[in-house]
Amino acid sequence: MEAGKPIKISDENFEEEALKSEIPVLVDFWATWCGPCQMAGPVLEKIAQEYAGRLKVCKLNVDEGRQTATKYGIMSIPTLNIYKNGEVVDRIIGVTPGYEADIKGKIEPHLE
Amino acid sequence: MTNATHDVIIVGGGAAGLTAGIYASREGLDTLLLEKWLCGGLAAETTSVENYPGFPEGVHGRNLMEKFKQQAQRFGTQIVEYSGVAKAEPLEKKVKIKTDNQEYDARCLIIASGGTPKKVNVPGEDDFYGKGVSYCATCDGPLYKGKDVAVIGCGDSGLQEGESLLAHVRKATFIEFLPYMNAAKILQERLQKSEKTDFLLNHMLASINGEDLVSSVTVKNRQTGEERKLDVSGVFIYTGFLPNSSFLGGIVELDTSGYIITDENMETSVPGIYAVGDVRSKRVRQIDVACGEGTIAAISARDYIKELI
Repeated sequence: MEAGKPIKISDENFEEEALKSEIPVLVDFWATWCGPCQMAGPVLEKIAQEYAGRLKVCKLNVDEGRQTATKYGIMSIPTLNIYKNGEVVDRIIGVTPGYEADIKGKIEPHLE
Repeated sequence: MTNATHDVIIVGGGAAGLTAGIYASREGLDTLLLEKWLCGGLAAETTSVENYPGFPEGVHGRNLMEKFKQQAQRFGTQIVEYSGVAKAEPLEKKVKIKTDNQEYDARCLIIASGGTPKKVNVPGEDDFYGKGVSYCATCDGPLYKGKDVAVIGCGDSGLQEGESLLAHVRKATFIEFLPYMNAAKILQERLQKSEKTDFLLNHMLASINGEDLVSSVTVKNRQTGEERKLDVSGVFIYTGFLPNSSFLGGIVELDTSGYIITDENMETSVPGIYAVGDVRSKRVRQIDVACGEGTIAAISARDYIKELI
């Protein structure tokens, strides 16, 4: 994996990349058809860079990850799920007015 | 970013703001456009825009707005995205604009900050946001393949976006508070013909119910008072918008709903400050109307600046 950049994942490697990760993982459930998802993109790239080594940022296109999206009850995109030791520990739905700060606020408590 | 005074600062990169940018730049004005997220505004979230002249086959909202942006940039509008304005302060013959991390000065301000979807304020709406409650059919529609959904509001947005859902869902029930629909006649007719739609007029949404995810809505017949439950997995809410005018902190005159009052030149109660598009107090909110207003404001700003110098 290239440190500091979001990683593209799918149903096939979701378990390996997200659930079995040794560090917390932020998974962005998104799709090409979704305008707000495009807005979220650059913010997540920034987060990936800033927390490199401490947090893994993954992007799951729901077209390629339907099973995973269904399993985790994703009914709106973008949704960000935070996984730690294979469990969802927090979630952010939609893009919020202070998105970057909101994401940081939710991930910080789960970082070592 | 220099600290020089811009001729015009435009707040908001939707149809109104970008058109103001095109016209202001073509007048040779130093024009800066600040957009809270990405340019495109509400129009960019519309699946198919059918009523904007020049596109007889319709056009995807995001593609249309991308062209607006390119056109503004071509004539020199500087666009800064991810730059939400926190405060505007009128000073002697100029306006100071503050974002989270920058300050700008301009001779004129054009407010094109649009609106935010309005909530219905019923039990369950907040709890199930993202768990069945959605304000964006374009974004979330494909996640409801084969499911039953409710669409709240039968204005243009509700019917237009509700129509985009029909490609995915099994059935959509449209619920309207008024005894009639306000959407364009052609939309009403098209949707009423579809076998996938149902309409409950003169009904209000009473609650959104479920465990982890939405499983039903309760609606109330406003005439008889009778309540009934509809089994749905999704609720798409299109009951109007709230104006994004609070950052102005009352520096310009607003109507009782918070929309900005202007004269026919789009000038607000403060000389040199203009308001255009969905944030402006008016009856009709459409892309082409927003464009017309952006045009008028840019020309008005040009004339105002001529007088200043």
